[in-house]
Amino acid sequence: MSQAEAITDTGEIESVSGPVVTATDLDAQMNDVVYVGDEGLMGEVIEIEGDITTIQVYEETSGIGPGEPVENTGEPLTVDLGPGMLDSIYDGVQRPLDVLEDEMGAFLDRGVDAPGIDLEKEWEFEPAVEEGDEVEAGDVVGSVDETVSIEHKVLVPPNSEGGEVVSVESGSFTVEETVVELDTGEEIQMHQEWPVRRQRPTVEKQTPTEPLVSGQRILDGLFPLAKGGTAAIPGPFGSGKTVTQQSLAKFADADIVVYIGCGERGNEMTEVIEDFPELPDPQTGNPLMARTCLIANTSNMPVAARESCIYTGITIGEYYRDMGYDVALMADSTSRWAEAMREISSRLEEMPGEEGYPAYLAARLSQFYERAGYFENQNGSEGSISVIGAVSPPGGDFSEPVTQNTLRIVKTFWALDSDLAERRHFPAINWDESYSLYKDQLDPYFEENVVDDWSEQRQWAVDILDEEAELEEIVQLVGKDALPEDQQLTLEVARYIREAWLQQNALHDVDRYCPPEKTYAILSGIKSFHDEAFEALDAGVPVDEITAIDAAPRLNRLGTTPDDEYEEEVEEIEQQISEQLRELY
Amino acid sequence: MKEYQTITEVSGPLVYVETDEPIGYDEIVEIETPDGEVKRGQVLESSQGFVAIQVFEGTEGIGQDASVRFLGETLKMPVTEDLLGRVLDGSGNPIDGGPDIVPDERLDIVGEAINPHAREYPEEFIQTGVSAIDGMNTLVRGQKLPIFSGSGLPHSDLALQIARQASVPEEEEAEGEDSEFAVVFGAMGITAEEANEFMEDFERTGALERSVVFMNLADDPAVERTVTPRMALTTAEYLAFEKDYHVLVILTDMTNYCEALREIGAAREEVPGRRGYPGYMYTDLAQLYERAGRIEGREGSVTQIPILTMPGDDDTHPIPDLTGYITEGQIMMNRDLNSQGVTPPVNVLPSLSRLMDDGIGEGLTRDDHGDVSDQLYAAYAEGEELRDLVNIVGREALSERDNRYLDFADRFEEEFVDQGFRTSRSIDETLDLGWELLSMFPKAELNRVDEDLIEEYYVEDAASEEEAAAAD
Repeated sequence: MSQAEAITDTGEIESVSGPVVTATDLDAQMNDVVYVGDEGLMGEVIEIEGDITTIQVYEETSGIGPGEPVENTGEPLTVDLGPGMLDSIYDGVQRPLDVLEDEMGAFLDRGVDAPGIDLEKEWEFEPAVEEGDEVEAGDVVGSVDETVSIEHKVLVPPNSEGGEVVSVESGSFTVEETVVELDTGEEIQMHQEWPVRRQRPTVEKQTPTEPLVSGQRILDGLFPLAKGGTAAIPGPFGSGKTVTQQSLAKFADADIVVYIGCGERGNEMTEVIEDFPELPDPQTGNPLMARTCLIANTSNMPVAARESCIYTGITIGEYYRDMGYDVALMADSTSRWAEAMREISSRLEEMPGEEGYPAYLAARLSQFYERAGYFENQNGSEGSISVIGAVSPPGGDFSEPVTQNTLRIVKTFWALDSDLAERRHFPAINWDESYSLYKDQLDPYFEENVVDDWSEQRQWAVDILDEEAELEEIVQLVGKDALPEDQQLTLEVARYIREAWLQQNALHDVDRYCPPEKTYAILSGIKSFHDEAFEALDAGVPVDEITAIDAAPRLNRLGTTPDDEYEEEVEEIEQQISEQLRELY
Repeated sequence: MKEYQTITEVSGPLVYVETDEPIGYDEIVEIETPDGEVKRGQVLESSQGFVAIQVFEGTEGIGQDASVRFLGETLKMPVTEDLLGRVLDGSGNPIDGGPDIVPDERLDIVGEAINPHAREYPEEFIQTGVSAIDGMNTLVRGQKLPIFSGSGLPHSDLALQIARQASVPEEEEAEGEDSEFAVVFGAMGITAEEANEFMEDFERTGALERSVVFMNLADDPAVERTVTPRMALTTAEYLAFEKDYHVLVILTDMTNYCEALREIGAAREEVPGRRGYPGYMYTDLAQLYERAGRIEGREGSVTQIPILTMPGDDDTHPIPDLTGYITEGQIMMNRDLNSQGVTPPVNVLPSLSRLMDDGIGEGLTRDDHGDVSDQLYAAYAEGEELRDLVNIVGREALSERDNRYLDFADRFEEEFVDQGFRTSRSIDETLDLGWELLSMFPKAELNRVDEDLIEEYYVEDAASEEEAAAAD
């Protein structure tokens, strides 16, 4: 937030209750940013009733009392947009945490304000327009190298009327200096502001047809997400929401990643801060941080800022989308965001909806997820925002309001399962409950770019897993040995699908990222075991002998086989399986 | 400082007072009853002309004739290194008959959030000497790892065992440089008997000298319980980040703390969340649990082991549920194991340490640690699942492979988990024991362990011994 704005009006605090403060004699509009108390704590107007204005305060309110002043800026909550957002870590109202640390030490004090982007730093501006060019809102007027990975495009602000370029600069500038001037008198800087609760304009939303390749076998293989799609990951604690989110942040083939730690653990954010600068981006080989913007509002940071951090994140995402980039946004966890709404709502004594959540919960959730999509931008480029929201249902019960309202909106559902997690089957995504509605529209992409029987082979795996689920019910009653031999063999094949294919070790240097080609290859290895084994069974070989061959367990090690060796390895295993089985008949 | 005699309402732990000057939110209040008794409280809501006060020591004796003084500051904890060895009540007043505390500093007990950018990621292995923890759910410095227990389970013994045995092996080797270790113990609503057990153990082992004890007992005012953990954590942060101690904070019992929160919420007629607990309980608990960790450039650390008893052993109850979402894992106590006489009765399957992966492995514990623990988990889970089946179809109906998993699950509980509260095992002993058990399986079954590690650690004759035993 750059808060040089003029103060439009001043009122007085009437009451304080936690993060909710009411003020009198304040001329304000909904969602105006105000400064509360002698210390100038940042807050936002959330209700106006007669002379009384209700404010949610983004900082701790201890010690603040009635009678202290409230100042209105007359502006809604905005974010600073411009070069320097990548490789940064912000709190929920876009204050850079590294700057805050320099100013107030290891603990977060209050009443300190800092601009979201460095206003002093000079960037090398490379113009893309010449004098006399006509430009419109959203057009690219130049670029700067923001990080090693990302060329930051300087755009005409989306609400500009456009005009003819009368002067263009080139060279080193700070974000506040004018780089392009239009004949309308409008001056364009590298710095823009945008209100967080308003979607940035685009031309139209299109149907996504490209997958966001995640490098996770179960996701790419069974439940793919599209670029511009929405996904929810609900799961009880300890089931691996954060690990899955982090794997996506590390390996998804997006240009830009916005990672929002919303009401979660401080140490988790620290882990990201420490890991990302060192890990290479699998697409470019540059440090991951060069494409990442982190927003951290940990669970003990003020609750109102938790409510806003989601909007701060997606507005930053939209800005990069306008440059034509594919953005992936992870929100961990949307339940904490919903709880922040609930807390504020109950302090306002609003009539509660289900489980105490405000009645507008569903509307807020859908507004948020609707900001995702594959868009044609104002400048004609195409960009996307994919949103992946973690959900933390109380007691792991998916029937609670946040999960249910989320499921009505998102098109991909990755259900985490505590039973799988207890068995250390990771990622603990339940293949029976999860779904992706993008599957069919993404198949053409996979078939064209990876292999032409992508969808058939996936269907084969799904069928085997379904059959396993049915058979397991019988096994629970009578034991495995009571099943006919062919069914026992199916169970064995299903076990390989689970152990060699669905399971993936997020901590293993090789296994943590699996390109789609390898995802396909491992599954074909299992499928050829299936085909050969059933041939052997038909030829009269007892199932015990088939399952005892020592070539098949090698399938389990394919995940950790390096990318340049696995093809050979799969072939070798297939051949060995075939030889060993044929020896039996 | 102004004194008011304008109490308009007393309701449960809350007192409403009319005022004619602005009172700060969270400010501390003293209420003097006509008998001369002084009680302390805190401003819960402050409006023009009136405030709501939450009284810590119970409201009995307070009437409309009591006088109210606003102290103009938020609640502070007087801290000094001399607190070590002292026993205080739930509001921080000494109850051990020792000298008055001369504070170095008086710190706000609400505490401030640690800037995530200033944190240092915890990755120093703490050896607790308990195999179920060290081997399977490793604790690291700066972690918050609660014990999820139930009424009547020996969680206190486990907490004491950890407090007694915890060490950092590397530092012991380095010698001399031993940074100091301290325990801050916060008791909330525990019975006098339980409290005595803790105190006796502290005294017997000499641990009291390096401990600060806060005691809010079962018959102390419930509202005071909302202050006790904050006092304890403020002291812990001071010792860790100002005085370079490695502090282990044990908070027991968090369930009583949450009950107190509910009581205040109900008295204020707030809209309740799940099971009547306040909607802000997640935030409130997070403000306690997040006060653990390490800070870049500071020597000390705060490691938290909160204990909570799950009502009805139900881990979906709001208290364990919200806790699990905030803390970095949990150690789960199990009633069946307890009745089988397994001590400590830790069920490793639902237990978890989220920081484990970064605290173990080559250079930290041992290169095989991660794989061994994964494989033990998977094998125990499979054995555990088969037990249900055995009850229906009997052991004979199961394959040889299945029977082996059943035997493994039994041995795992009897040999690996059941070690008694007095045994301390080094991490090498724990892992070697793990290998001994894993070697019941043929090598090909150990699909979670790297092949090189199997070559190095697999106990060759264990499987054949097992078969020989089976053949007898």
